[in-house]
Amino acid sequence: MKNVILFALMGLALVAAGEYQSWAFSLTILNLCLISAVMALGVNIQWGYAGIFNVGIMGFAALGGAAAVLVNAAPVPEAWAAGGVGILASGVALLAVIGLIVLIRRKTSGQLRRYATIIAVIGGFFAIRLVYDPAVEAIESIDPAKTGFLGGLGLPIIFSWAVGGLFAAGGAWVVGKVALGLRSDYLAIATLGISEIIIAVLKNEDWLTRGVKNVSTLQPAVPTAIELQNAPWFQDLAAWFNTDVIPASGIFVKLSYAVLFTIVLLLILWLSEKALKSPWGRMMRAIRDNRDAAQAMGKDVTRRHLQTFIIGSAVVGIAGAMLTTMDAQFTPGTYNPLRFTFLIWVMVIVGGSGNNWGSILGGFLIWFVWIEAERFGPIVMELVTSGMDPESPLRINLMDSAAHLRLFLMGAILLIVLRFSPRGLIPEK
Amino acid sequence: MTDILNALALMSNYVFVPGLAYGSQLALGALGVTLIYSILRFSNFAHGDTMAFGAMLTILATWWFQSMGISAGPLPTALLALPVGIAGTVLFVLATDRLVYRYYRKVKAASIVTMMASVGVMFVMNGVVRVVIGPGEQRFADGERFIIKAREFKEMTGLAEGISLRTTQAITVVVALIVVALLFWFLQKSRTGKAMRAYADNEDLALLSGINPDKVVMVAWIIAATLATIAGTLYGLDKSFKPFTYFQLLLPIFAAAIVGGIGNPLGAVAGGFIIAFSEMGFTYAYKRFVGYIGPDGWVPEGLLQLLSTDYKFAVSFVILVLVLLVRPTGIFKGKVL
Repeated sequence: MKNVILFALMGLALVAAGEYQSWAFSLTILNLCLISAVMALGVNIQWGYAGIFNVGIMGFAALGGAAAVLVNAAPVPEAWAAGGVGILASGVALLAVIGLIVLIRRKTSGQLRRYATIIAVIGGFFAIRLVYDPAVEAIESIDPAKTGFLGGLGLPIIFSWAVGGLFAAGGAWVVGKVALGLRSDYLAIATLGISEIIIAVLKNEDWLTRGVKNVSTLQPAVPTAIELQNAPWFQDLAAWFNTDVIPASGIFVKLSYAVLFTIVLLLILWLSEKALKSPWGRMMRAIRDNRDAAQAMGKDVTRRHLQTFIIGSAVVGIAGAMLTTMDAQFTPGTYNPLRFTFLIWVMVIVGGSGNNWGSILGGFLIWFVWIEAERFGPIVMELVTSGMDPESPLRINLMDSAAHLRLFLMGAILLIVLRFSPRGLIPEK
Repeated sequence: MTDILNALALMSNYVFVPGLAYGSQLALGALGVTLIYSILRFSNFAHGDTMAFGAMLTILATWWFQSMGISAGPLPTALLALPVGIAGTVLFVLATDRLVYRYYRKVKAASIVTMMASVGVMFVMNGVVRVVIGPGEQRFADGERFIIKAREFKEMTGLAEGISLRTTQAITVVVALIVVALLFWFLQKSRTGKAMRAYADNEDLALLSGINPDKVVMVAWIIAATLATIAGTLYGLDKSFKPFTYFQLLLPIFAAAIVGGIGNPLGAVAGGFIIAFSEMGFTYAYKRFVGYIGPDGWVPEGLLQLLSTDYKFAVSFVILVLVLLVRPTGIFKGKVL
């Protein structure tokens, strides 16, 4: 009952934002709330089910965003002609080097193994650069102002949601193989590092996703506002609702996204609940609560951890692809760990770790507060500084940076929940 | 012969001198992380933002001093303002301990919970810094900019390559040396330092022999806050102050602490230099260097850069992962604080 009330209050808050601010604004918040909820679900799978502390959420979300580019952007035949073969060849070379290293590790031992591995790594690095560098240069010189990258497949962007999940899962497999055996502190640092590296790659490998030049030519998943305004059926619809066509089209686009995102959210929620209540879910919680006992019962803890890490990251990747779909552009420069990693953590902790409904509520609530705090920060600051001289430099400075008060607010919320209600708003059953 | 000297000068100017300064900054940061880890037993995610907070207070004090016409002559005014910054940061950090961490110590919470709380503290500090000084870039270095200018060096030695030594670089290294020496003296010789080492080694035994845990924790925070303020100010003097870059320093700092062996101060210093020199070495373009030492008149075509500068995180990360896989206890294992 309490949970229903909490969700109802959340809905009411969104309605109030629509009524008193604007419906377009409220729907934008709602869409990002839905995406945040999906991300929080992914993190909850890792943290709530298995106790994995992943601080690399940003990286997996960005992989999802990159998937949107690679699936949807129009292919650039000139770039493929110029450097496609070279890129493919370097891919093959990379696989060959990895294969060689694995072979060395398997077939040799002792000192020989160590030196042979080092030589293979160094030699492989330069061998790959030999094919890779000219190919990259060739691709990036093709009309750099407009393309300068290989482009994507030109498929509908909605497919990228699945592909984004797969990308993130692949990334998680690599990270998990390396880092999951480590203690929780080390895992945290390792995932933090990986996410920074993923962002660095996306910012610098222009041939892949245009780097910081951004890709803003993505085709939206739903009809655009302009298309709607010119469509006779939509004009009729607007007339029937007795509203103006232009604002109605914006609202309609946002609503369409909301419907799509809700479907994804409910699907993932349903699967997560199913998994949590299955023998698998019980096993995961057993591993989380007492690792040694679970191991003694013959459960392969490392393998289960890897599995959960991959599934959770895939969910984050799907959310990342959804986010890029809604923005209809991919901007690697905007990925910031505070917003994409630590904010998601606040959502999971506040909502209630281990509880899927809690994560969704946390995702909604924290995103809502995050956005509204940006608006209300200056108002609060106005009140705080109302006694001061309006021309004083201190007051002007404080008013300018008042929007950053929300970082303070998020920290305070996290600390208060951790301290006084560590199980969150909707605790695990 | 001149070619070799030129090559050496080139490397000193672009890799060795900046690496030494950056390494000192990382070492000071890593010392703070390692100290908190060995006494309070959690990885402090707020350390980068503590550095930013300390640097911010120092910058504010610097501006205040400058407005009153106080300066340190050829040295940056920030050095005079440093004690103010340290005092403020120590107070703030002790307040966070009182309000946040003390509770988790009392209930003996898992280290991961305390780590989560440090994420909360990180947000709070981040917010405070951005509200007070803004998210933009601040430059606050004044005084003489150079000790040796590249042009003067060239005239002096007749070499084609110059070595420039900026005042901030020299100050960074000297201050770091003094601070590290003082810290090691304190840990090895003073009564409190010995108590801290005992506490880090074996908490129960230390409590049994009458060591006051509250005092040990308090001193640890005071030292960590002091180190963070000094490291943050030196980094800001050497490069520039921007809140977000301090957050990003977290990764190389943790890498330094872990590579050296977390909990070991000597390891933290060594780790700081290992990370700094690897970052510099891997991202430097060796084109001109090879031009000097290679055969006459032969200049390589490409930049001969192993990795683009933007991948410097990857360098610290790869070293970190390699150390964790090959030798999880870090390079200097065995000793704890």
